[in-house]
Amino acid sequence: MKTDRHHIIIFSWLLVFLVIAPLLIRDTQFQHLLIMLMLFATLSQAWNLIGGYAGQVSFGHAAFFGIGAYAAMAPLNHWGLTPWAGMLIGGLVAIALAVIIGFPVFQLKGHYFAISTFAIAEILRELFLSWEWVDGAFGLDAPVLDPGFYNLMFYKTKLPYHYIVLVFFVVMMFLVYRIERSRMGYYFRAIKQSLDAAEALGVNTTKYKLYAMMVSAFFTAICGSVYAQYSLHIEPEMVLSLHISIKIVLVTVLGGAGTLWGPFLGSVILIPLQEYSRIWLGGTGKGIDLIILGALIVVICAFEPGGIVGLFKRFSLRKGKD
Amino acid sequence: MDLVIILQVIICGLLIGFVLSLIAVGLTLVWGVMDILNFAHGEFLMVAMFSSLLLFTTTGIDPLFSLPITVGLLFLIGLLTFRFVIRPVLGYPGLVALLITFGLSIFIRNVVLFFLGPDFRVINQSILAGKRIILWNLHLSLPQVVTSLGCVLITYLIYLFISKSKFGRALRATALDKDTALLMGINTNRVFALTFALAAACVGAAGGLLVNFWYVFPEVGVTFVILSFVIVAMGGFGNIGGAFLAGILVGLVLNVGGFLVGAEFKYALVFILYLIVIALRPKGLFGW
Repeated sequence: MKTDRHHIIIFSWLLVFLVIAPLLIRDTQFQHLLIMLMLFATLSQAWNLIGGYAGQVSFGHAAFFGIGAYAAMAPLNHWGLTPWAGMLIGGLVAIALAVIIGFPVFQLKGHYFAISTFAIAEILRELFLSWEWVDGAFGLDAPVLDPGFYNLMFYKTKLPYHYIVLVFFVVMMFLVYRIERSRMGYYFRAIKQSLDAAEALGVNTTKYKLYAMMVSAFFTAICGSVYAQYSLHIEPEMVLSLHISIKIVLVTVLGGAGTLWGPFLGSVILIPLQEYSRIWLGGTGKGIDLIILGALIVVICAFEPGGIVGLFKRFSLRKGKD
Repeated sequence: MDLVIILQVIICGLLIGFVLSLIAVGLTLVWGVMDILNFAHGEFLMVAMFSSLLLFTTTGIDPLFSLPITVGLLFLIGLLTFRFVIRPVLGYPGLVALLITFGLSIFIRNVVLFFLGPDFRVINQSILAGKRIILWNLHLSLPQVVTSLGCVLITYLIYLFISKSKFGRALRATALDKDTALLMGINTNRVFALTFALAAACVGAAGGLLVNFWYVFPEVGVTFVILSFVIVAMGGFGNIGGAFLAGILVGLVLNVGGFLVGAEFKYALVFILYLIVIALRPKGLFGW
């Protein structure tokens, strides 16, 4: 294990890079890539809390993501409410949903839990598909308003989005870093190792699983709001689909679930792969980019089932021996 | 008149339920033996359907007669998948296996899309096509009836095979406790491989039959695999009888619920049913 100081030094360098990079490299594709990368690193880190540390695998995080996206976009469309307020509403609604589903669903174990979260997300998707207030399957387009911080809309430049996402990314990383070292972090890992043993030691497992889910849901919803404001168009098939849920899981597990750096490493690998193969090869409409993506996922999982973090650990172990 | 419509809807639900059962049985077998949820299960179905379709369009063999070929092909695909995709991740958390099969499913789907295109295809000149059975006032399409009965028969055969044969006993022993099974002289790796291939063959049979009346396109497996996940969980993971009954239940809810509430909510109804079942019985209908 790296020491705490190592984490902070590496993170500081990363932060310097992320602050400077979009100023130096003016390529909009690259800027887009960085934004998506940080967004998915944040989303996956949020998932990591419940799925990685507490070991409760959720396939339904699209529910929270979609709630966040619609909470920002729908009030903006109907009442001109600032997306910042929408973001907060979305976060709170997501927490409420986490609490409501939390109690019945957390009694379930393993895959029964996973399928339940997935079922809830799918029910939500079908409801949104037929809900006229949010234009059903057509989805919502952002109204044309003055660009700026208040409306969380910028047309000419991606830089403000970059720094907004960066702030959330840093907050999320810091939060997980603190939780990992706190009593709660140990409770989460105890729950993951053995629910019964944790209960026997006096951990209120339902309570702590619920805490993990609430924090996770809140930040997932916030990412959803930011994503909605960034893409300026959302529809149920986009923000509430199984696709989003799986992608979040995929990034985390590819990087290394239950580790601080896993989600970030996962998105460093997966997001550029996906975005660039889409940009270079996706235009043919024949799915070459997805063939490559699928094959690479298989290859990475087959050769490094512990995630990219495992690779780093092995590498540093070998270095330590020399 | 109303009664006839209700009966018709219920019977159609049953018919589709039997097909779903067979698909879910394959999934639940793999889960029961090696704790893996195979995401590429739906793509196996799609490949089986395309295999029947291509055999029909190129050589003119009717889907009913090419069924053994399709099943054999899928058995082989299952073996290969196990060797190159599943075996490297055995012993790691189930999540890794889920993701590797997810990668595989994206891969297979898009390879098929690349070579065969996204069009919806259908076999409309097979032996069964267009024929119907008229019972009293009920109109049943023959392809659907044959498909469903075929699926029930195969499900039953698999049940017999697992409960009576020597391999079936080895399979159940491995499902109960891998290490002990290994100590008793069971080659668990071989059981894993054959179980995976058997599951692929199940879905091969379902696909080869389903092609008689269902459209074939690269995304066809997605809906089925999602439904079978829910069915497998509802019946209790690893429980064949549970998967069979849950499949029928889901088929009924899809059709009857879709008819009563509206077709756009039929999947939502299935998920609500799942949540209700799982709230009452947290380990599925037949879990313990």
